[in-house]
Amino acid sequence: MKSVVIIGGGVAGIETASALSDFGHNVVLVEKTDSIGGKVLKWDHLFPDLKSASELENYLDIKCREGNFAIQKNTTIAQASQSNGKWMLRTDNNRVIETDAIVVATGYEVFDASRKEEYGYNIYDNVITSVDLEERLKSGKTITTRAGYLPEKIGIIHCVGSRDEKSGNHYCSKVCCITGVKQSIELHKLLPEAEIYCFYMDLRMYGQYYEELYREAQEMHKIQFIRGRLSEVSENIDKRLLIKAEDTLSGRPLKMSVDLLVLLVGMEPGKGTKSMAGICGLETGKDGFLKTSDMHFGNNKTGKKGIFLAGSCIGPMSINDTISNARSAALEVHNYLQTK
Amino acid sequence: MTEAHQSGITGIYPKEIAADNYYYVRSCIRQNFFPGSETAFLKIMRNVLGKNIYDDAVHTTCTGIGYHSDIVPFETIQTVVARQFALMTEKGFENLAVSCVTSFGIYCEIVETWKNFPEELDKARVNLKKATGREFEIPRNIAHASDIIYKFRREIAKEAKYSLVNCLTGEPLNLVEHIGCHYAKMFPEMGVGGAEFTSVLSSMIEIWGGAVVDYPERRHCCGFGFRQYLIQANRGYSISNSRKKFESMEPYHPDAVICNCPGCTMFMDRWQYVIAEMENKTYGQGGRGIPVLTYEELAGLVLGYDPWDLGLQMHQVNSEPFLDKLGIRYIPSQKYSGKDGKIMAGPVIPACIK
Repeated sequence: MKSVVIIGGGVAGIETASALSDFGHNVVLVEKTDSIGGKVLKWDHLFPDLKSASELENYLDIKCREGNFAIQKNTTIAQASQSNGKWMLRTDNNRVIETDAIVVATGYEVFDASRKEEYGYNIYDNVITSVDLEERLKSGKTITTRAGYLPEKIGIIHCVGSRDEKSGNHYCSKVCCITGVKQSIELHKLLPEAEIYCFYMDLRMYGQYYEELYREAQEMHKIQFIRGRLSEVSENIDKRLLIKAEDTLSGRPLKMSVDLLVLLVGMEPGKGTKSMAGICGLETGKDGFLKTSDMHFGNNKTGKKGIFLAGSCIGPMSINDTISNARSAALEVHNYLQTK
Repeated sequence: MTEAHQSGITGIYPKEIAADNYYYVRSCIRQNFFPGSETAFLKIMRNVLGKNIYDDAVHTTCTGIGYHSDIVPFETIQTVVARQFALMTEKGFENLAVSCVTSFGIYCEIVETWKNFPEELDKARVNLKKATGREFEIPRNIAHASDIIYKFRREIAKEAKYSLVNCLTGEPLNLVEHIGCHYAKMFPEMGVGGAEFTSVLSSMIEIWGGAVVDYPERRHCCGFGFRQYLIQANRGYSISNSRKKFESMEPYHPDAVICNCPGCTMFMDRWQYVIAEMENKTYGQGGRGIPVLTYEELAGLVLGYDPWDLGLQMHQVNSEPFLDKLGIRYIPSQKYSGKDGKIMAGPVIPACIK
């Protein structure tokens, strides 16, 4: 029986571990925190079908409970070395794991919106991120301003920390556009009287049924989409937020006061991803994510024999794409182990 | 914004500011319109802080206004800047202290150009040598004079005779701080606190006892904008920008506006009179304007300097309401007294603004 260590206990890690154990390999899943599931545990509903994120949680939970693989929580990898076709991984608690293959599934981190100082996150009371909103939606509490009022006007800002020279991220985070559409619909359902405005550069509805959801947002929920990037946010004396943008379709500058502002934060390579790049000597792309050996034909392979990649440590991905990518990683690893 | 947020942002932009031995380059606008400011700065540096600062009679304008108006070519301004650096080098200094925010932006821009395009530096050296026979070193440290006052704001606070508190109510005075665009908007890392929440003036205000007004148009240009003002046909654009700021700050009832850029001080001061003429609108209390001061004048007041020695009589908007709130004693009849004691003719008092 061949052995595989999966590093990262999010969607990609669990899916890869489950598939590889189904292939009959001896799999150990290593997770740095004390819980399995990753960031999806914070999500309320998933796009594009608005299914409850708890369905995904249950799916992952069953995989972990019924899957034939070991899980080591609160564990990080400190060192990696190769000898006689095997990889030796030393953990932070000084345990050594010998393995035939490694799958790095260390995922992403959410862009720290306070780096875009002009958007006022962590400065003004009523500026929140899409992650904060998702947590509020999941909590089931009424969406209010910090002072406890129901917001009458809500702004949703796309591309925060993505496609942005200032934050150093030139790439598109792919999921923010559809997240914005999804969250605007959810907000409209909860606050039908509220006016909701999305400020975007381009709307990239690349996935199946994304475009349909975008149409639904406009036709059924009266969400206003304004093509224009936000320049700055400031606070009025009444604590409402004054936002400035340019409506690039009408070619005019625009000012608007809103009660709540949601920043759609993008994805960045996680600390764990950067750490694994250093420990295993993996190459990173110009976007900082881990580089695959070939964009078309080696999408889960690396330049290091026996080390594979799965999920959003490779680049921004939706949950659907992450699951598909994890399954393809499992197949790559299985094929590799067959040759050993 | 909380203090923790502000200090967090300031921490992202740790600007190095030299601690002593400065070569001072003056500002065309500041020394002409607010001449007491530069005098006060030198006095504070030498007499209060005990610093070595050289005020050179032979340095010139940086030509920044001409450059931003497309009258002075880039090669020319590089050579002028090279000459200022040569004078600094000849006097044995490495740290440049810049009075003007436009000049500060010019020095930063040119040094940055030389870093990225060394051939431009070579050209500037050749041009300066041919024109004047001089050679120069690039300053080790370039600081705006407000950076230096910021650096020593605590030392000034220790020597303070007045704090920025309303002597009648005991409440902190509400001060608007306005940062010149060329201070940090071009090179955020060159400004204390970066471009968005610049803290160079707000830190002074807070440590001297005042409260900073965070109003919606805080970062907006004062309206000067070079071509907006210098081309007569564009002046409506200039004043409408200033008006936008005053309208935005008005609900917060600011007691004064503090600027680090001499151009901003001038425009925010003078345009209040023009707006009063045009629209019969004043933004201060009781038909008065909002006093607009330079940071040197503010530091001087805190240190107990005589308001008329600081040159506050040179401002369009009368500063007496602000002095009264601070509890500063002054002799009204001495406002237009010359240094020789003779009373100069006072200005015509406009009817539109008290």
